[in-house]
Amino acid sequence: MVARNHQSYIGSPVKRQEDVRFLTGSAQYVADVKLPGMLHAAILRSPHAHGRVTAIDASEALVLPGVHGIYTFDDIAPLAKPIPVRVFHLPGLEDFLQYHLAGDKVRYVGEPVAVVVAESRYLAEDALEAIQVDYDPLPPVTDVRQSLEDSVLLHEQNGSNLAGNAVVGFGDIDAVFLNADYTRKEEFRTHRHTGNPLETRGLVADFNARTGDLTVWGPTKVPHTVKKVLVDQLGLSADRVHLVEPDVGGGFGIRGEFYPEDFLIPFAATRLGRPVKWVEDRLEHLIAANHSRELLCEVEIAASNDGTLLGLRATLYGDMGAYVRTHGAVVPALAAGLLIGPYRVAAFQASVNCLVTNKVGAGTYRGPGLYEGCFIRERLMDIVAGDLGLDPLEIRRRNLIQPSEMPFTVGPTRVDGIITTYDSGNYPSALDRMLQELDYDNLAPLQGQVRDGKYQGVGIACYVEPTGYGPYEGARVVLRAADSVDLYLGITSLGQGHETVMAQICADALELPMESIHVFHGDTDYMPRSVGTFGSRGTVMAGNAIVLACNSLKERILDVAAGYLDAETSDLEFRRGAVYRTGQPEEGPGLTLAEVVRLAESGQADNGTDRLDVTEYFRMGDRTYSYGAHGAHVAVDPETGKIEVLRYVVVEDVGRCVNPLAMHGQSIGGAAQGIGGTILEELVYDEDGQLLTGTFMDYLLPTSRDIPHIESIILEEAPSPLNPLGVKGAGEGSILATGAALANAVSNALKPFNINITQLPLSPSRIRDLIRNSPTH
Amino acid sequence: MSESLQITVTVNGQEHQSTVEPRLTLADFLREDLGLTGTHLGCEHGICGACTVLLDGEAVRSCLMLAVQADGAELTTVEGLSSDGRLTALQKAFQDNGALQCGFCTPGFLMTATAFLRETKNPTEAQVRDAISGNICRCTGYVAIVQAVLEASRYDQGQGGG
Repeated sequence: MVARNHQSYIGSPVKRQEDVRFLTGSAQYVADVKLPGMLHAAILRSPHAHGRVTAIDASEALVLPGVHGIYTFDDIAPLAKPIPVRVFHLPGLEDFLQYHLAGDKVRYVGEPVAVVVAESRYLAEDALEAIQVDYDPLPPVTDVRQSLEDSVLLHEQNGSNLAGNAVVGFGDIDAVFLNADYTRKEEFRTHRHTGNPLETRGLVADFNARTGDLTVWGPTKVPHTVKKVLVDQLGLSADRVHLVEPDVGGGFGIRGEFYPEDFLIPFAATRLGRPVKWVEDRLEHLIAANHSRELLCEVEIAASNDGTLLGLRATLYGDMGAYVRTHGAVVPALAAGLLIGPYRVAAFQASVNCLVTNKVGAGTYRGPGLYEGCFIRERLMDIVAGDLGLDPLEIRRRNLIQPSEMPFTVGPTRVDGIITTYDSGNYPSALDRMLQELDYDNLAPLQGQVRDGKYQGVGIACYVEPTGYGPYEGARVVLRAADSVDLYLGITSLGQGHETVMAQICADALELPMESIHVFHGDTDYMPRSVGTFGSRGTVMAGNAIVLACNSLKERILDVAAGYLDAETSDLEFRRGAVYRTGQPEEGPGLTLAEVVRLAESGQADNGTDRLDVTEYFRMGDRTYSYGAHGAHVAVDPETGKIEVLRYVVVEDVGRCVNPLAMHGQSIGGAAQGIGGTILEELVYDEDGQLLTGTFMDYLLPTSRDIPHIESIILEEAPSPLNPLGVKGAGEGSILATGAALANAVSNALKPFNINITQLPLSPSRIRDLIRNSPTH
Repeated sequence: MSESLQITVTVNGQEHQSTVEPRLTLADFLREDLGLTGTHLGCEHGICGACTVLLDGEAVRSCLMLAVQADGAELTTVEGLSSDGRLTALQKAFQDNGALQCGFCTPGFLMTATAFLRETKNPTEAQVRDAISGNICRCTGYVAIVQAVLEASRYDQGQGGG
């Protein structure tokens, strides 16, 4: 057999290694973890949006059969610390954090008030009903405008509902607006919705009192951060706490952050000395896990009469819910950070404001802040084009940053101090490719026309996305045998296919067959440090760490061989599983990998086996920016308000694509989520702060009949200069322009009614309202 | 608490006699009592379809049924689809087409599609989309699942699974 000269798994649509266990029912999710003597927890949650807790009496519940323990705030008070902010620490946020159980006040429907641990989940839920809690209801705040008034305070001691704010920007914004030919003000709103992974959250905690070891199954996404918080809050030694990530049923931002239950379940396990399991049900998930996307934005744009953008000035109000959670500020912060998108402007200013309301805490949903910001910006582009009599394509082409301008420094647009600098890209090319795939030239004339009783609309949107969240990620590579390499990762996999993608990268770096690579992830004991899986960082950060680790491993292989061959390492090279003297043909004398392993193990090499075990960290302070364009063709039924998505095209440039099969999955799946999130899904609270869409009968997820045949195009025109692989993140670009493209398409469809979409979702009832209230109706 | 009842069910060809509480759901019975954790619970109110199993050949939601209602029935769960470690045509088509990501909804889709392909030879794309519209997938956007079911229908003419 002739070895391939340039083996390349990278770029091949390699089938996923992990699939078989999912297809045969042998995967193990957290709910499938069963330990001897395991007890089951259920959480009592507040039925009120805002109120004082005047009394809790659990005495009747405590004596019910099978009940082992009930915990309220008083029980955790000696340990109680609030859940800290993980990212985007704006000054002031630390005064609005959540404790694991409500003390004297509840601030949202669903807030944990007590935990019951019993022999079974059935018995634990029975006991919830026997706990008596007296509440003294207070008036709720359910909207950021109402929150801004400060007439009702959620956290009285702070004197305001504004939890934090910051102003970012560059250029002489006042002068730009003063001198511009054209300015326009708009107000945009994006709606509260969330990722809803099909597996709800869950935890199993097991405390071994003899050794002091606490093992927790269930933390995902950022387990090392969760561990750090848990170690601090339970007062345990970091060496004795082990977090295990089982198989995970989807993440999308909501899963795996530190939630109250991440303390409560391990706490109960340490108190009872028995394993405790808690699996959230869907109704709990909808009222208790992070919501996202809810943003109000007042924005003003300045342009010259020829459509050249000059300035953008915005005030953003992020709805944090009742408490600032681990990363609540991300949505308003990143909406501001990337509001300018792929265009040039001379001046920019954004005020980022985080406000509390009596709703469940906010976190992120895939493409956080970016979906929202893209909707605002790309609607504005169409609005400005309309005002100035320009074609929507023309105004975009005129303002898109050109490839010759790369790398392009936008400026200080982010509250975390990172200077937004686009590393590489050909933005016009991505737009052109999308237009070509969509057949835009032939579709555009249909805009606003009626076909089969439905108004036709085409919408486009361009985006740029910061990926590869830093500052580091690691990989450990261990050469066990000539045909066996263990690859340990700190990042987790929430369904993306990391076991396959990371093995591809490792196999290419070592020039070994993929079958030789065994990927281990999902245990905090594997790697001492890790930042986690979010923000389209897995392939960028861990992928490049693998390359670094494999390079180091190859150096060590040469070290071992050099000692034996009595040669300098610089005279040796590692190719296709063997060491050769440089310039020597492959059939000539050399050392096979098996011989190298044997030498290392026998101690004939200088430092023994450890030498074939290396850990490296890849560090990247800046972001690498994926980009692309979306296009949608919709038909709007004026009678029902229903939007049918006839075609949807996603073009994403990710620099270099490791696995097209996996990435098309990300692209199509993300776009489908975005279509559902834009048209169907909304977490609606009434004026009493009660969630009206608290089941899947009211919170509508898209089905196979709602999603069209989405077309996904992957481009590799602009590899990242910031990392050895040249890759950029690939998980979120597909969702983040969906709101924008669909809103533009619907606005174009409903031109005859003079409808200007500034608010999402595009639900049938809202579209009907817009048509009914239209002056031309 | 009402008293427990005795039931007999055949699951994946194996007969089980069990004593269960009347309120125990079929899903919890399969998962907790029989240890067949391939059947997943995504919503527990009959919308998401992750808990779909075959009951006397028909796709049903095991979260909406009580174990006692399955007394005397023959059940197939995802664990019973393949035998001897060989994937069925449908399972293979799922892998080949990238029709799964996190895998949580996958057992439900496989059971729904298995029942559908037994009844429907040479289905159209519209029929497939209709057949699987009672199952929710949050990862794939359905495109690859539709392709996989269509491919399996051509490959084995509906004999996949069981």
